[in-house]
Amino acid sequence: MPSYVIPEKCDGCKALDKTACQHICPNDLMMLNKDIMKAYNREPEMCWECYNCVKICPTQAVEVRGYADFVPMGATVTPMRSSDSILWTVKFRNGMLKRFKFPIRTTPEGTAQPDGGFNTEPDLNSEVLFTEPDSAGLNEIPTK
Amino acid sequence: MADFETIEVTTDVLILGGGMAACGATVEAAYWAKKNGLNVAVVDKAAMDRSGAVAMGLSAINQYVGLKDGENTVKDYVDYVKNDLMGVARDDLVASIARHVDSTVHLFEKWGLPIWKDENGAYVHEGRWQLMINGESYKVVIAEAAKNAVGADNVYERIFITEPLVADGRCVGALGFSVRENKFYVFKAKAVLAAMGGAVHVFKPRSAGEGLGRAWYPPWNSGSSAYFTIKAGAEMTCQEVRFIPVRFKDAYGPVGAWFLLFKSRATNAMGEAYMETRRDELEKWKPYGLVKPIPANLRNWLMMLDVMEGKGPIYMRTEEAIQKIATSEGDEKAAKKKLKELEAEAWEDFLDMTISQAILWAATNTAPEEKPSEIAAAEPYFIGSHSGASGAWVSGPADIAPEEYQWGYTNMSTVKGLFCAGDASGASSHKFSSGSHAEGRIAAKAAVRFALENADIPEVDSANIEELKTRILKPLDIYAEHSKNSSDPDINPAYMKPKMFMFRLQKIMDEYAGGVTAQFSTSKAQLEKAIELLGFLKEDAENLGAEDLHELMRCWENIHRMWQAEAHVRTILHREETRWPGYYFRSDTPQMKKDWEVFVNCTWHPDTGEWEMLKRPIKRLYE
Repeated sequence: MPSYVIPEKCDGCKALDKTACQHICPNDLMMLNKDIMKAYNREPEMCWECYNCVKICPTQAVEVRGYADFVPMGATVTPMRSSDSILWTVKFRNGMLKRFKFPIRTTPEGTAQPDGGFNTEPDLNSEVLFTEPDSAGLNEIPTK
Repeated sequence: MADFETIEVTTDVLILGGGMAACGATVEAAYWAKKNGLNVAVVDKAAMDRSGAVAMGLSAINQYVGLKDGENTVKDYVDYVKNDLMGVARDDLVASIARHVDSTVHLFEKWGLPIWKDENGAYVHEGRWQLMINGESYKVVIAEAAKNAVGADNVYERIFITEPLVADGRCVGALGFSVRENKFYVFKAKAVLAAMGGAVHVFKPRSAGEGLGRAWYPPWNSGSSAYFTIKAGAEMTCQEVRFIPVRFKDAYGPVGAWFLLFKSRATNAMGEAYMETRRDELEKWKPYGLVKPIPANLRNWLMMLDVMEGKGPIYMRTEEAIQKIATSEGDEKAAKKKLKELEAEAWEDFLDMTISQAILWAATNTAPEEKPSEIAAAEPYFIGSHSGASGAWVSGPADIAPEEYQWGYTNMSTVKGLFCAGDASGASSHKFSSGSHAEGRIAAKAAVRFALENADIPEVDSANIEELKTRILKPLDIYAEHSKNSSDPDINPAYMKPKMFMFRLQKIMDEYAGGVTAQFSTSKAQLEKAIELLGFLKEDAENLGAEDLHELMRCWENIHRMWQAEAHVRTILHREETRWPGYYFRSDTPQMKKDWEVFVNCTWHPDTGEWEMLKRPIKRLYE
């Protein structure tokens, strides 16, 4: 079961209209059992271990246990994602720990401006795209 | 029939998909549509922030040409792609993407994607065309720009598109259903842009238990682009050119940084480097065997020869590479610092894009500086955006494409009004994430122009839509009617569940069409058997049963995969040679032949239900 839910930590995202993990899973795997208000992975053998459910969970209730058909037991890889960086903790089978921190974006969340500040007026009938040629750093788009 | 409300959405430009190509298309279409008073709608089967192949993140941008600094020319990129694909590439399409991709990368940087810079402020290259990034949130950033451009209200998430809407030979929309509530969607548009990804799980994966999902390319790539374009009647190209990546074994972690950045070697169990010991083999595949870099499929092939001779396991010599870099630093302190940096880079490579590989290394107590790690050829994938080439045959840009490759609107398929980008368009390999985004932009601009110049759309017969709705929802009806006739709803004589249907497809493809267990080898006789068995499967697709909306999506995903499989088998059968031995080997026609240096295209004709195979000449842009 690649991603799995820890029952004590999962509150079924009770404050929201849909659970975070269900909202984000690219493969439509995460489900909410409404009787007990706990999420679960309904098709673990179709899980890519993309960790999007792990990263988005507001209560850190989702974790990943490596694919049992080829991964020896005992290791964990745990992310803590903030608005500008991600901190990873890698725990080895033999107990060794490694930590890594990487930036994830250089702009505040939500602020990506489609034109990136490049203001050009290309012709609809040309092959020059929106924001070009400035965004390409060129005076004109090459034709060969 | 299952009780589904029909929701009709009418727009001008309809973008299908949510990945890199669709996000590029969205940003571009939104700009031109607004300027010209048109509307845009985007339909994604998942949530755009984390949909498509870049959902997890990426550790590199694989296509950046560097035109502004004169690092490379457009021709350099065309040469690289053409050679890597053994001559089979549309130079015009590759050039079209190459001249726009830098613009896309510069926009990514402005939007907030961290691209590594050196002390002089220049991008850090992984290889000649590749840039290193901190890409955990790559897709989030790119989706944000797309949503900001088009407006969140115009993005329809969790709707699975199943069928093209065609009237008078023109694509005028798409049909699908919500995977969250009983709603059937009819999208009508003047121009339709397909960017629904490639195909995974057509072939049996190496891991068949829990690890089934750990395909190299994500399993939600279910052949929807191929199905949509084939069913619309579009001419398809390079359906034989699947891709088999060599990656760290089982978890499929990336090897690019190890080969390109750390200059690591790969050796067999005896320590022999197959790229050296088997160099003579490359002669057989000249001129492409003798170019630099050596084509990906030939690098695969040399490794496979070692494996077939029992010289495995094959190892990435990480320990050797790290020691070499560390010792080149001079004093011990500098070497220690360098090693620490390399370690973080190596782990980020996995954590950004294949977290499973980090788990596997941790679970096997792997210290890359101490011991090598196994690599292997994965199963075949359909990914025209990477080193495969399958997709629709599309028009090239008017200002550079040869006459034969050009019919008015850039990236329009042979079906009027149907545009393609990313994995949906063929013969333009090596576009990767950035090039797919750029191609989405190219296609979207042309789609807006098409919508303006072709504003009158033919009426779609509502009886036809009703009939398609019945067909699309049929697996739910079959299940409802028959499931009570067995105490186990998965085992029932009246229907098949989508998972077993997928396994049956994978078994056919694996054994007869050159999958892993067939050592990627096939022949005319094997392929004819595959077609016979696919025929039964196609009939049984009429008897799929779905318990809920999720399974209904799985049913249609697997029908999509089956059509991709059929196009693939028919095309391999038609091409009577072996051209990409490290992707598949035709044992009955084991050599590359000059007269097969052509495109093999195919069209499924909606009116007759017949497949037509044809050869198209390769026109080079540069001598």
